[in-house]
Amino acid sequence: MVCNICGKNQATVHLTEIIDEQITELHLCEECAQKKGAQMESHFGLSDLLAGLADLGTQFNKTKTDIKLKCPKCGLTYEDFKKVGRLGCGECYTTFKEALVPLLKRIHGSTQHCGKSPKKIARVVKARNELEVLKEKLQKSIQKEDFEEAAKLRDKIREIEKKSNK
Amino acid sequence: MTLDDLLNNTGEWIRCTGPVSDIVMSSRVRLARNLANYPFAHWASKKEQEAILAAAKESTLSVKKLKDSMFVEIGKLDPIDKQFLVERHLMSKEHMIDAENKGLCVGQDEIISIMINEEDHLRIQVMKSGFNLKEAWQIIDDMDTELGNLLDFAYSVDFGYLTACPTNAGTGMRASVMLHLPSLVMTKQIGKVLQAITKLGLTARGLYGEGTEASGNFFQISNQVSLGHKEEDIIDNIERIIKQIVDHEQSARETLLSQNREALEDRIWRAYGTLKSAHIITSTETIDLLSLVRLGVDLGVIKQSDRALINELFVITQPAHLQKMERKKLGPNQRDVKRAEIIREKLG
Repeated sequence: MVCNICGKNQATVHLTEIIDEQITELHLCEECAQKKGAQMESHFGLSDLLAGLADLGTQFNKTKTDIKLKCPKCGLTYEDFKKVGRLGCGECYTTFKEALVPLLKRIHGSTQHCGKSPKKIARVVKARNELEVLKEKLQKSIQKEDFEEAAKLRDKIREIEKKSNK
Repeated sequence: MTLDDLLNNTGEWIRCTGPVSDIVMSSRVRLARNLANYPFAHWASKKEQEAILAAAKESTLSVKKLKDSMFVEIGKLDPIDKQFLVERHLMSKEHMIDAENKGLCVGQDEIISIMINEEDHLRIQVMKSGFNLKEAWQIIDDMDTELGNLLDFAYSVDFGYLTACPTNAGTGMRASVMLHLPSLVMTKQIGKVLQAITKLGLTARGLYGEGTEASGNFFQISNQVSLGHKEEDIIDNIERIIKQIVDHEQSARETLLSQNREALEDRIWRAYGTLKSAHIITSTETIDLLSLVRLGVDLGVIKQSDRALINELFVITQPAHLQKMERKKLGPNQRDVKRAEIIREKLG
Protein backbone atom coordinates (compact mmCIF):
# COMPACT_ATOMS: atom_id res chain seq x y z
CA MET A 1 0.00 0.00 0.00
CA VAL A 2 1.35 3.43 -0.90
CA CYS A 3 1.11 6.56 1.22
CA ASN A 4 -2.13 8.56 0.81
CA ILE A 5 -0.32 11.87 0.99
CA CYS A 6 2.83 11.62 -1.10
CA GLY A 7 1.72 8.60 -3.14
CA LYS A 8 5.32 7.47 -3.36
CA ASN A 9 6.49 5.66 -0.26
CA GLN A 10 5.20 2.48 1.34
CA ALA A 11 2.51 3.22 3.96
CA THR A 12 3.56 1.97 7.38
CA VAL A 13 1.37 4.11 9.64
CA HIS A 14 -2.39 3.70 9.72
CA LEU A 15 -4.52 6.45 11.19
CA THR A 16 -8.21 6.90 11.82
CA GLU A 17 -9.33 10.50 11.77
CA ILE A 18 -12.70 11.68 13.01
CA ILE A 19 -13.74 15.13 11.88
CA ASP A 20 -17.37 16.17 12.42
CA GLU A 21 -18.45 12.54 12.78
CA GLN A 22 -16.86 11.79 9.41
CA ILE A 23 -14.45 8.88 9.77
CA THR A 24 -11.51 8.76 7.40
CA GLU A 25 -8.81 6.15 7.34
CA LEU A 26 -5.35 7.28 6.40
CA HIS A 27 -2.44 5.14 5.33
CA LEU A 28 0.80 7.06 5.49
CA CYS A 29 4.50 6.62 5.04
CA GLU A 30 6.65 7.45 8.02
CA GLU A 31 7.73 10.86 6.78
CA CYS A 32 4.20 12.08 6.04
CA ALA A 33 2.92 10.56 9.29
CA GLN A 34 5.46 12.56 11.24
CA LYS A 35 4.36 15.78 9.57
CA LYS A 36 0.76 14.83 10.21
CA GLY A 37 1.64 13.93 13.80
CA ALA A 38 3.13 17.34 14.39
CA GLN A 39 -0.06 18.88 12.97
CA MET A 40 -2.25 16.79 15.22
CA GLU A 41 -0.24 17.64 18.30
CA SER A 42 -0.64 21.30 17.61
CA HIS A 43 -4.37 20.67 17.10
CA PHE A 44 -5.07 19.74 20.64
CA GLY A 45 -2.89 19.85 23.67
CA LEU A 46 -2.77 20.84 27.26
CA SER A 47 -2.92 24.49 26.28
CA ASP A 48 -6.38 23.97 24.77
CA LEU A 49 -7.66 22.42 27.95
CA LEU A 50 -6.10 25.23 29.92
CA ALA A 51 -7.64 27.84 27.67
CA GLY A 52 -11.03 26.38 28.63
CA LEU A 53 -10.18 26.65 32.30
CA ALA A 54 -8.81 30.17 31.84
CA ASP A 55 -12.38 31.41 31.52
CA LEU A 56 -12.84 30.51 35.16
CA GLY A 57 -11.99 33.98 36.38
CA THR A 58 -15.65 34.85 35.98
CA GLN A 59 -15.59 38.18 37.75
CA PHE A 60 -12.58 39.09 35.71
CA ASN A 61 -14.41 38.38 32.48
CA LYS A 62 -17.41 40.54 33.26
CA THR A 63 -15.83 43.66 31.88
CA LYS A 64 -14.46 43.39 28.38
CA THR A 65 -11.64 45.83 29.01
CA ASP A 66 -10.01 43.38 31.37
CA ILE A 67 -9.56 40.89 28.56
CA LYS A 68 -7.53 43.54 26.79
CA LEU A 69 -5.38 43.97 29.90
CA LYS A 70 -1.76 43.86 28.85
CA CYS A 71 1.28 42.87 30.91
CA PRO A 72 3.39 46.04 31.18
CA LYS A 73 6.61 44.04 31.11
CA CYS A 74 6.15 41.64 28.20
CA GLY A 75 3.06 42.88 26.36
CA LEU A 76 1.06 39.62 26.61
CA THR A 77 -2.72 40.07 26.89
CA TYR A 78 -5.09 37.74 28.74
CA GLU A 79 -6.57 36.94 25.35
CA ASP A 80 -3.11 35.75 24.23
CA PHE A 81 -2.85 33.57 27.32
CA LYS A 82 -6.22 32.01 26.59
CA LYS A 83 -5.06 31.19 23.08
CA VAL A 84 -1.69 29.64 23.84
CA GLY A 85 -2.13 28.51 27.46
CA ARG A 86 1.26 29.99 28.35
CA LEU A 87 2.04 33.20 30.18
CA GLY A 88 4.57 35.68 28.81
CA CYS A 89 6.82 36.37 31.81
CA GLY A 90 6.98 36.25 35.60
CA GLU A 91 5.34 39.65 35.85
CA CYS A 92 2.20 38.23 34.14
CA TYR A 93 1.41 36.46 37.43
CA THR A 94 0.98 39.89 39.03
CA THR A 95 -0.75 41.52 36.04
CA PHE A 96 -3.38 38.78 35.70
CA LYS A 97 -3.48 37.82 39.37
CA GLU A 98 -7.23 38.29 39.65
CA ALA A 99 -7.87 35.78 36.87
CA LEU A 100 -5.02 33.43 37.73
CA VAL A 101 -5.94 32.89 41.38
CA PRO A 102 -9.17 30.96 40.59
CA LEU A 103 -7.36 29.11 37.81
CA LEU A 104 -4.51 28.04 40.10
CA LYS A 105 -7.02 27.07 42.74
CA ARG A 106 -8.79 24.84 40.21
CA ILE A 107 -5.55 23.23 38.99
CA HIS A 108 -3.69 22.81 42.27
CA GLY A 109 -6.36 23.16 44.93
CA SER A 110 -4.21 25.89 46.46
CA THR A 111 -2.90 29.36 45.69
CA GLN A 112 -0.11 29.60 48.24
CA HIS A 113 3.35 28.20 47.63
CA CYS A 114 4.93 26.61 50.69
CA GLY A 115 7.93 24.79 49.27
CA LYS A 116 11.48 25.75 48.50
CA SER A 117 12.54 29.32 47.77
CA PRO A 118 15.76 30.68 46.27
CA LYS A 119 18.35 31.39 48.99
CA LYS A 120 18.57 35.06 48.01
CA ILE A 121 14.83 35.50 48.46
CA ALA A 122 14.71 33.38 51.60
CA ARG A 123 17.14 35.85 53.20
CA VAL A 124 15.01 38.83 52.22
CA VAL A 125 11.83 37.21 53.55
CA LYS A 126 13.57 36.28 56.79
CA ALA A 127 14.87 39.82 57.30
CA ARG A 128 11.44 41.27 56.58
CA ASN A 129 9.79 39.00 59.15
CA GLU A 130 12.45 39.84 61.72
CA LEU A 131 11.89 43.56 61.17
CA GLU A 132 8.15 43.23 61.65
CA VAL A 133 8.62 41.46 64.98
CA LEU A 134 11.09 44.08 66.19
CA LYS A 135 8.83 46.97 65.16
CA GLU A 136 5.95 45.43 67.04
CA LYS A 137 8.11 45.09 70.15
CA LEU A 138 9.21 48.71 69.76
CA GLN A 139 5.60 49.91 69.70
CA LYS A 140 4.85 47.92 72.84
CA SER A 141 7.85 49.24 74.74
CA ILE A 142 6.92 52.83 73.79
CA GLN A 143 3.40 52.24 75.07
CA LYS A 144 4.89 50.88 78.28
CA GLU A 145 7.20 53.93 78.39
CA ASP A 146 10.20 51.59 78.60
CA PHE A 147 12.43 54.00 76.67
CA GLU A 148 15.66 52.20 77.42
CA GLU A 149 14.33 49.04 75.74
CA ALA A 150 12.83 51.13 72.91
CA ALA A 151 16.20 52.71 72.16
CA LYS A 152 17.86 49.30 71.98
CA LEU A 153 15.16 48.03 69.61
CA ARG A 154 15.41 51.16 67.47
CA ASP A 155 19.15 50.63 67.03
CA LYS A 156 18.61 46.99 66.10
CA ILE A 157 16.00 47.94 63.49
CA ARG A 158 18.32 50.54 61.99
CA GLU A 159 21.11 48.00 61.80
CA ILE A 160 18.97 45.45 59.93
CA GLU A 161 17.60 48.10 57.57
CA LYS A 162 21.10 49.28 56.81
CA LYS A 163 22.19 45.73 56.00
CA SER A 164 19.28 44.97 53.70
CA ASN A 165 19.72 48.26 51.85
CA LYS A 166 23.27 47.35 50.95
CA MET B 1 31.77 13.65 26.22
CA THR B 2 30.09 13.45 22.80
CA LEU B 3 26.91 11.90 21.40
CA ASP B 4 28.95 8.90 20.25
CA ASP B 5 30.21 8.39 23.79
CA LEU B 6 26.59 8.15 24.89
CA LEU B 7 25.95 5.52 22.23
CA ASN B 8 28.82 3.37 23.49
CA ASN B 9 27.75 3.58 27.13
CA THR B 10 24.61 2.95 29.09
CA GLY B 11 22.97 5.39 31.48
CA GLU B 12 22.88 4.59 35.18
CA TRP B 13 19.15 3.78 35.10
CA ILE B 14 19.62 1.09 32.44
CA ARG B 15 21.98 -0.90 34.65
CA CYS B 16 19.23 -1.77 37.15
CA THR B 17 21.32 -1.08 40.22
CA GLY B 18 18.59 0.76 42.16
CA PRO B 19 16.07 -0.61 44.66
CA VAL B 20 13.02 -2.60 43.48
CA SER B 21 14.35 -2.49 39.92
CA ASP B 22 12.35 -5.58 38.96
CA ILE B 23 9.22 -3.40 38.82
CA VAL B 24 10.45 0.18 38.97
CA MET B 25 12.63 1.02 35.97
CA SER B 26 13.62 4.52 37.00
CA SER B 27 12.79 7.46 39.26
CA ARG B 28 12.91 10.97 37.91
CA VAL B 29 12.52 14.45 39.37
CA ARG B 30 12.41 17.57 37.24
CA LEU B 31 12.30 21.24 38.16
CA ALA B 32 11.08 24.10 35.95
CA ARG B 33 12.96 27.37 36.42
CA ASN B 34 12.90 30.70 34.58
CA LEU B 35 15.21 33.69 34.60
CA ALA B 36 13.48 36.68 36.18
CA ASN B 37 14.73 39.25 33.68
CA TYR B 38 13.49 37.66 30.47
CA PRO B 39 10.13 36.72 28.97
CA PHE B 40 9.34 32.98 28.99
CA ALA B 41 10.98 31.09 26.12
CA HIS B 42 7.96 30.96 23.75
CA TRP B 43 7.31 34.71 24.21
CA ALA B 44 10.94 35.85 23.99
CA SER B 45 12.53 37.30 20.85
CA LYS B 46 15.32 35.40 19.09
CA LYS B 47 17.84 37.78 20.65
CA GLU B 48 16.44 37.22 24.13
CA GLN B 49 16.42 33.44 23.60
CA GLU B 50 20.06 33.67 22.60
CA ALA B 51 20.89 35.60 25.78
CA ILE B 52 18.98 33.10 27.92
CA LEU B 53 20.84 30.20 26.30
CA ALA B 54 24.20 31.89 26.90
CA ALA B 55 23.47 32.75 30.55
CA ALA B 56 22.02 29.32 31.33
CA LYS B 57 24.90 27.56 29.58
CA GLU B 58 27.53 29.45 31.55
CA SER B 59 25.90 28.80 34.92
CA THR B 60 25.06 25.20 34.15
CA LEU B 61 28.62 24.36 33.19
CA SER B 62 29.96 25.89 36.40
CA VAL B 63 27.86 23.59 38.60
CA LYS B 64 30.12 21.14 40.45
CA LYS B 65 28.25 18.01 39.40
CA LEU B 66 28.30 19.08 35.75
CA LYS B 67 32.04 19.64 35.39
CA ASP B 68 32.49 16.82 32.88
CA SER B 69 29.19 17.23 31.13
CA MET B 70 28.27 17.46 27.48
CA PHE B 71 26.59 20.55 26.10
CA VAL B 72 24.82 20.61 22.73
CA GLU B 73 22.84 23.20 20.85
CA ILE B 74 19.80 21.35 19.57
CA GLY B 75 19.46 23.57 16.50
CA LYS B 76 22.83 22.33 15.27
CA LEU B 77 21.97 18.64 15.47
CA ASP B 78 20.63 16.54 12.63
CA PRO B 79 17.17 14.93 13.06
CA ILE B 80 18.56 11.50 13.96
CA ASP B 81 20.68 12.92 16.79
CA LYS B 82 17.70 14.80 18.19
CA GLN B 83 15.57 11.67 18.09
CA PHE B 84 18.44 9.76 19.70
CA LEU B 85 18.41 12.08 22.72
CA VAL B 86 14.62 11.70 23.08
CA GLU B 87 14.93 7.91 22.92
CA ARG B 88 17.42 8.05 25.80
CA HIS B 89 14.96 10.09 27.89
CA LEU B 90 17.45 12.96 28.07
CA MET B 91 15.05 15.46 26.52
CA SER B 92 11.39 15.79 25.54
CA LYS B 93 9.85 15.46 22.11
CA GLU B 94 8.86 19.13 22.29
CA HIS B 95 12.51 20.06 22.56
CA MET B 96 13.08 18.80 19.00
CA ILE B 97 10.65 21.28 17.45
CA ASP B 98 11.75 24.85 16.58
CA ALA B 99 15.17 23.95 17.89
CA GLU B 100 16.93 27.27 17.33
CA ASN B 101 18.46 28.57 20.58
CA LYS B 102 17.60 25.40 22.47
CA GLY B 103 20.29 23.69 24.47
CA LEU B 104 20.88 20.47 26.37
CA CYS B 105 23.39 19.63 29.05
CA VAL B 106 23.99 15.98 29.96
CA GLY B 107 26.01 14.94 33.00
CA GLN B 108 28.06 11.83 33.73
CA ASP B 109 26.16 8.51 33.60
CA GLU B 110 23.16 10.38 32.16
CA ILE B 111 21.79 10.99 35.65
CA ILE B 112 21.47 14.75 35.21
CA SER B 113 20.18 16.58 32.15
CA ILE B 114 19.14 20.18 31.68
CA MET B 115 17.04 21.41 28.79
CA ILE B 116 17.37 25.11 28.00
CA ASN B 117 14.62 27.11 26.32
CA GLU B 118 12.11 24.30 26.31
CA GLU B 119 8.74 25.44 27.72
CA ASP B 120 10.66 27.02 30.59
CA HIS B 121 14.14 28.53 30.43
CA LEU B 122 15.54 25.63 32.43
CA ARG B 123 14.13 22.16 32.82
CA ILE B 124 16.43 20.33 35.18
CA GLN B 125 16.09 16.55 35.35
CA VAL B 126 17.63 13.91 37.57
CA MET B 127 17.02 10.26 36.77
CA LYS B 128 18.06 7.38 39.02
CA SER B 129 17.80 3.63 38.61
CA GLY B 130 14.95 1.84 40.40
CA PHE B 131 12.70 3.22 43.13
CA ASN B 132 14.82 6.10 44.38
CA LEU B 133 12.95 9.42 44.28
CA LYS B 134 14.49 10.65 47.52
CA GLU B 135 18.04 10.47 46.22
CA ALA B 136 16.98 12.04 42.92
CA TRP B 137 15.41 14.88 44.90
CA GLN B 138 18.56 15.40 46.99
CA ILE B 139 20.74 15.66 43.90
CA ILE B 140 18.40 18.05 42.10
CA ASP B 141 17.77 20.14 45.23
CA ASP B 142 21.50 20.76 45.71
CA MET B 143 22.01 21.57 42.07
CA ASP B 144 19.04 23.93 41.98
CA THR B 145 20.34 25.76 45.06
CA GLU B 146 23.71 26.15 43.38
CA LEU B 147 22.11 27.43 40.17
CA GLY B 148 19.85 29.75 42.17
CA ASN B 149 22.91 31.48 43.58
CA LEU B 150 24.19 32.14 40.07
CA LEU B 151 20.94 33.02 38.32
CA ASP B 152 17.96 35.14 39.37
CA PHE B 153 14.98 32.83 39.12
CA ALA B 154 11.46 34.19 38.59
CA TYR B 155 9.82 33.68 41.97
CA SER B 156 6.97 35.13 43.99
CA VAL B 157 6.24 34.64 47.67
CA ASP B 158 2.64 33.66 46.83
CA PHE B 159 3.02 31.53 43.71
CA GLY B 160 6.54 30.19 44.20
CA TYR B 161 8.64 29.53 41.10
CA LEU B 162 6.91 31.15 38.15
CA THR B 163 6.52 28.98 35.06
CA ALA B 164 5.24 29.54 31.53
CA CYS B 165 2.31 27.22 32.19
CA PRO B 166 0.41 27.74 35.45
CA THR B 167 0.13 23.94 35.84
CA ASN B 168 3.82 23.90 36.85
CA ALA B 169 3.90 26.94 39.14
CA GLY B 170 4.89 26.70 42.81
CA THR B 171 7.54 24.06 43.26
CA GLY B 172 7.97 23.70 39.48
CA MET B 173 8.47 20.05 40.34
CA ARG B 174 7.32 16.91 38.63
CA ALA B 175 8.41 13.66 40.25
CA SER B 176 7.79 10.46 38.35
CA VAL B 177 8.56 6.78 38.31
CA MET B 178 8.56 4.41 35.36
CA LEU B 179 6.80 1.19 36.29
CA HIS B 180 6.73 -2.12 34.47
CA LEU B 181 3.36 -3.68 35.27
CA PRO B 182 2.81 -6.68 32.98
CA SER B 183 0.92 -8.74 35.54
CA LEU B 184 -1.55 -6.01 36.39
CA VAL B 185 -2.21 -5.69 32.64
CA MET B 186 -2.60 -9.46 32.15
CA THR B 187 -4.96 -9.80 35.10
CA LYS B 188 -6.91 -6.77 33.84
CA GLN B 189 -6.47 -4.82 37.06
CA ILE B 190 -4.53 -1.97 35.53
CA GLY B 191 -7.60 0.12 34.64
CA LYS B 192 -8.68 0.22 38.27
CA VAL B 193 -5.20 1.10 39.47
CA LEU B 194 -4.83 3.97 37.02
CA GLN B 195 -8.28 5.25 37.87
CA ALA B 196 -7.48 5.19 41.57
CA ILE B 197 -4.23 7.12 41.27
CA THR B 198 -5.89 10.02 39.44
CA LYS B 199 -8.15 10.41 42.45
CA LEU B 200 -5.03 10.78 44.58
CA GLY B 201 -3.58 13.64 42.56
CA LEU B 202 -1.30 11.53 40.40
CA THR B 203 -1.34 10.96 36.67
CA ALA B 204 -0.20 8.13 34.37
CA ARG B 205 1.51 8.52 31.01
CA GLY B 206 3.30 6.39 28.42
CA LEU B 207 7.01 5.81 27.91
CA TYR B 208 7.87 9.24 26.57
CA GLY B 209 5.82 11.51 28.78
CA GLU B 210 2.88 13.71 27.99
CA GLY B 211 0.69 12.61 25.10
CA THR B 212 2.36 9.25 24.55
CA GLU B 213 0.59 5.93 24.76
CA ALA B 214 1.47 3.17 27.15
CA SER B 215 3.39 0.39 25.42
CA GLY B 216 5.28 -2.64 26.63
CA ASN B 217 3.29 -2.46 29.89
CA PHE B 218 5.27 0.61 30.97
CA PHE B 219 3.54 3.37 32.89
CA GLN B 220 5.04 6.64 33.99
CA ILE B 221 3.32 7.91 37.10
CA SER B 222 3.79 11.46 38.36
CA ASN B 223 2.31 14.16 40.56
CA GLN B 224 -0.22 16.51 38.99
CA VAL B 225 -0.16 19.25 41.57
CA SER B 226 2.91 21.45 42.02
CA LEU B 227 1.58 24.33 44.14
CA GLY B 228 0.58 24.31 47.79
CA HIS B 229 2.70 21.41 49.05
CA LYS B 230 6.33 21.07 50.08
CA GLU B 231 8.55 19.17 47.63
CA GLU B 232 9.34 16.51 50.24
CA ASP B 233 5.63 15.97 50.92
CA ILE B 234 4.83 15.57 47.23
CA ILE B 235 7.59 12.98 46.91
CA ASP B 236 6.50 11.19 50.08
CA ASN B 237 2.94 10.99 48.75
CA ILE B 238 4.06 9.47 45.43
CA GLU B 239 6.35 7.01 47.18
CA ARG B 240 3.57 5.73 49.41
CA ILE B 241 1.23 5.20 46.47
CA ILE B 242 3.89 3.61 44.25
CA LYS B 243 4.77 1.20 47.06
CA GLN B 244 1.19 -0.05 47.01
CA ILE B 245 1.16 -0.43 43.23
CA VAL B 246 4.43 -2.36 43.44
CA ASP B 247 2.95 -4.70 46.07
CA HIS B 248 -0.08 -5.17 43.87
CA GLU B 249 2.03 -6.08 40.84
CA GLN B 250 4.05 -8.44 43.00
CA SER B 251 1.01 -10.32 44.21
CA ALA B 252 -0.45 -10.42 40.67
CA ARG B 253 2.82 -12.03 39.55
CA GLU B 254 2.54 -14.62 42.32
CA THR B 255 -1.07 -15.34 41.43
CA LEU B 256 -0.22 -15.82 37.76
CA LEU B 257 2.62 -18.17 38.69
CA SER B 258 0.57 -20.27 41.05
CA GLN B 259 -2.61 -20.46 39.00
CA ASN B 260 -1.43 -20.21 35.43
CA ARG B 261 2.21 -21.18 35.50
CA GLU B 262 2.28 -23.17 32.26
CA ALA B 263 0.39 -20.62 30.22
CA LEU B 264 2.57 -17.81 31.56
CA GLU B 265 5.82 -19.68 30.95
CA ASP B 266 4.61 -20.55 27.47
CA ARG B 267 4.05 -16.89 26.62
CA ILE B 268 7.42 -15.90 28.05
CA TRP B 269 9.39 -18.59 26.21
CA ARG B 270 7.56 -17.91 22.94
CA ALA B 271 8.48 -14.25 23.25
CA TYR B 272 12.09 -15.20 23.97
CA GLY B 273 12.09 -17.63 21.04
CA THR B 274 10.72 -15.05 18.62
CA LEU B 275 13.29 -12.45 19.69
CA LYS B 276 16.11 -14.97 19.36
CA SER B 277 15.13 -16.10 15.89
CA ALA B 278 13.29 -13.28 14.09
CA HIS B 279 14.91 -11.76 11.03
CA ILE B 280 12.46 -8.88 10.64
CA ILE B 281 10.91 -7.21 13.68
CA THR B 282 9.08 -3.90 14.23
CA SER B 283 9.69 -1.70 17.26
CA THR B 284 6.17 -2.29 18.61
CA GLU B 285 6.59 -6.06 18.49
CA THR B 286 10.04 -5.72 20.06
CA ILE B 287 8.74 -3.72 23.02
CA ASP B 288 5.87 -6.13 23.64
CA LEU B 289 8.10 -9.20 23.48
CA LEU B 290 10.89 -7.64 25.56
CA SER B 291 8.31 -6.81 28.20
CA LEU B 292 7.41 -10.50 28.47
CA VAL B 293 11.06 -11.54 28.54
CA ARG B 294 11.78 -9.02 31.27
CA LEU B 295 8.95 -10.52 33.30
CA GLY B 296 10.50 -13.94 32.63
CA VAL B 297 13.84 -12.74 33.97
CA ASP B 298 12.23 -11.12 37.01
CA LEU B 299 10.36 -14.33 37.84
CA GLY B 300 13.45 -16.48 37.40
CA VAL B 301 11.85 -18.33 34.49
CA ILE B 302 14.57 -17.16 32.09
CA LYS B 303 18.00 -17.51 33.62
CA GLN B 304 20.08 -17.05 30.46
CA SER B 305 19.60 -13.30 30.43
CA ASP B 306 19.66 -10.41 32.87
CA ARG B 307 17.62 -7.30 33.45
CA ALA B 308 20.34 -4.86 32.43
CA LEU B 309 20.66 -6.53 29.03
CA ILE B 310 16.90 -6.43 28.44
CA ASN B 311 16.84 -2.76 29.46
CA GLU B 312 19.67 -2.05 27.06
CA LEU B 313 17.74 -3.78 24.27
CA PHE B 314 14.69 -1.58 24.95
CA VAL B 315 16.89 1.45 24.35
CA ILE B 316 19.19 0.44 21.50
CA THR B 317 16.48 -1.10 19.30
CA GLN B 318 14.79 2.27 18.84
CA PRO B 319 14.92 3.87 15.37
CA ALA B 320 17.51 6.60 15.96
CA HIS B 321 19.76 4.27 17.97
CA LEU B 322 19.81 1.75 15.12
CA GLN B 323 20.66 4.47 12.63
CA LYS B 324 23.41 5.91 14.78
CA MET B 325 24.95 2.47 15.22
CA GLU B 326 24.86 1.93 11.46
CA ARG B 327 26.06 5.51 10.88
CA LYS B 328 23.54 6.03 8.10
CA LYS B 329 19.86 6.70 7.46
CA LEU B 330 17.75 3.54 7.38
CA GLY B 331 14.19 3.21 6.10
CA PRO B 332 11.56 1.46 8.26
CA ASN B 333 12.07 -1.90 6.53
CA GLN B 334 15.85 -1.75 6.78
CA ARG B 335 15.51 -0.89 10.46
CA ASP B 336 13.30 -3.92 11.11
CA VAL B 337 16.03 -6.15 9.66
CA LYS B 338 18.84 -4.42 11.57
CA ARG B 339 16.82 -4.52 14.79
CA ALA B 340 16.28 -8.27 14.51
CA GLU B 341 19.99 -8.74 13.82
CA ILE B 342 21.06 -6.82 16.92
CA ILE B 343 18.59 -8.63 19.17
CA ARG B 344 19.75 -12.04 17.91
CA GLU B 345 23.35 -11.04 18.48
CA LYS B 346 22.76 -9.69 22.00
CA LEU B 347 20.62 -12.62 23.16
CA GLY B 348 23.27 -14.92 21.71
